[in-house]
Amino acid sequence: MTSSPLLTYVLRQGDRSMVLAQRLLENVAHAPEIEEELALANVALDLLGQTRALYTYAGEIEGSGHDEDHFAFWRSPADFLNPRLVEQPNGDFAHLIVRQLLHDAFSAAYWEAASRSIDQTIAELASKAVKECSYHLRHSRGWLVRLGDGTNESHDRAQAALDALWPFTDELFERDGVEDELVARGVAPDPAALRLLWTETVNAALEEATLAVPATQPAVTGGRRGEHGPELATLLTEMQVLARAHPGASW
Amino acid sequence: MAGKSPWPTWEVFVRPRRGVDHVHVGTVHATDAQHAIENARDLYTRRSEGVSVWVVRSTDITASDPDERGTLFDPALDKVFRQPTDYELPPDVANM
Repeated sequence: MTSSPLLTYVLRQGDRSMVLAQRLLENVAHAPEIEEELALANVALDLLGQTRALYTYAGEIEGSGHDEDHFAFWRSPADFLNPRLVEQPNGDFAHLIVRQLLHDAFSAAYWEAASRSIDQTIAELASKAVKECSYHLRHSRGWLVRLGDGTNESHDRAQAALDALWPFTDELFERDGVEDELVARGVAPDPAALRLLWTETVNAALEEATLAVPATQPAVTGGRRGEHGPELATLLTEMQVLARAHPGASW
Repeated sequence: MAGKSPWPTWEVFVRPRRGVDHVHVGTVHATDAQHAIENARDLYTRRSEGVSVWVVRSTDITASDPDERGTLFDPALDKVFRQPTDYELPPDVANM
């Protein structure tokens, strides 16, 4: 695959929403209530819609005729550039909500800032995605507060999930040569500015949910360079098996 | 998934567009009013059917008893004087 900073950047965003959508879709039929089932599936399909637009754009940038299915189904784990937070396997409902909250606080801030990108395609995509992601945040934040400030058990489960997922949050704001170039050109929002917004949103949510900010330092990174845990390979195997068993099939 | 939800039920009313009344569309389970609005949004306005949603606790609605239908509503059937068609317009009145 020929690479350019813009291509890498667009795939990082697309892979983030793709992998999280797949994690949520794995959970279908396991939600605690039928209403929550619908809510989570709606979130997953919004993320999938964002992914499709980003993958289509990646194909245009790459210029070799690859469509959205190519990027979803015909790449290996090492080609996926999502942050490792979103590939973390499903645990209990509190774990799912905490993973969602940590992500949604990022994506809502990200798309809001990306709507001012000088890249027209990204800016247009952002104007739709920002409404979706601010609703996702409202949903996960509501649940975080309900669980954290709920029973002793729901509080402990939410805190345990937060402690487990916290080390993966640093990577959301990582900056390398790709971001350096695109931030300078006005294509990408500054990760440091996003981090300020994210921290404000997350801290306020944790406080209302009576949860403690974990003392552990965020550390685990590498996903955005294609370095993943074995869990991503398992996720992709399931996601890709049908497309690979029937190459070229349409449905 | 439990057979019976531990969450209370809420009646959902959606206003399809500005200037039109809210119409009852169904019921959701939810822990509180705000949660009920969100669940109603996900269930009943996915295809942009609404511009406004009301929710009310199902237990806050007092309904008429179906067994009393006859007593409550049948007497209206034969009271033709309640229908506008029962009255002849005086010839001097052109339109009404």
